[in-house]
Amino acid sequence: MSNAVSALNSASFEGFATVTETGLRGMITLRGDLSSAKLKAAVKAATGAAIPDVRRVTTGKDGMAAWMSPDELLILCDYASVNDTIATLTAKLTGEHALAVNVSDARAVFRIAGDGAREVLAKLAPVDLSAGAFQAGDFRRSRIAQVAAAFWLNDDNSFELVCFRSVAQYVFDVLKVSAQPGGEVGFL
Amino acid sequence: MLTLQCPYCGVDAEETELHAEGEAHLKRFGPGSSDDDFETYLFMRENPKGVHFERWRHSNGCGKFFHAARSTTTLEVFGTYSAQTYEPPQDIKDKITAKYPGWSWREFA
Ligand SMILES: [Zn+2]
Repeated sequence: MSNAVSALNSASFEGFATVTETGLRGMITLRGDLSSAKLKAAVKAATGAAIPDVRRVTTGKDGMAAWMSPDELLILCDYASVNDTIATLTAKLTGEHALAVNVSDARAVFRIAGDGAREVLAKLAPVDLSAGAFQAGDFRRSRIAQVAAAFWLNDDNSFELVCFRSVAQYVFDVLKVSAQPGGEVGFL
Repeated sequence: MLTLQCPYCGVDAEETELHAEGEAHLKRFGPGSSDDDFETYLFMRENPKGVHFERWRHSNGCGKFFHAARSTTTLEVFGTYSAQTYEPPQDIKDKITAKYPGWSWREFA
């Protein structure tokens, strides 16, 4: 098999915040009844994470779970262990109306770090990104300029953002423009 | 700009996160129905000046369809509610009645 590469091969840009494509990441779309005990146990077994509340992310020792919709989670894990994680989920969900699908190669992940990170995103998404409104562990599906994206805030005050791989270059370009030195708004 | 609260994820979504999906509470007439019913289902729509019920989709968000009650003249929003229903919830109808006594829309009033 050929070597897997991420959309932009870990490209990075240093502006008033740092924008980096974070390389290969395991990503799984998990659909099912989020209130079911079986699904809860499956996510716990696969990632160590609890089922996140609405618009939140949770972290476990082997991965993260993000709230995508009332019947959908995004599971994040190491790229290398994604098949094992799916195998665990699927085994634990036997008999349950649920589905776990590997979407790792259909997506790209960016990290936006630095003091101006909130502003870089706030210029591109119709979301209140003030410190009081958007806190560590918060997760939001929205748009970045003209394309769909989802992002969350880590404990270290960096954002991570997921978009479709086909628009990775576009998203990187608009993030770069937004983080251009001299473009600081100084509001957030 | 129109802002609607998505009843599924709770986000106060502004218009650019949403997609308008036409009139709410349409009853589908498919294969086997009469020509008149099928034509009405396909083409006949309300076009009110005032109270209106619409379907929206949180397309740049959780992806779910929901319903909204609003006024086409003032842009005021009376409320949003689940798509898994055949009629607007009573509290939203009450809110409209308080503001516009005697309103009606299709079979609702
Ligand atoms: Zn929503």
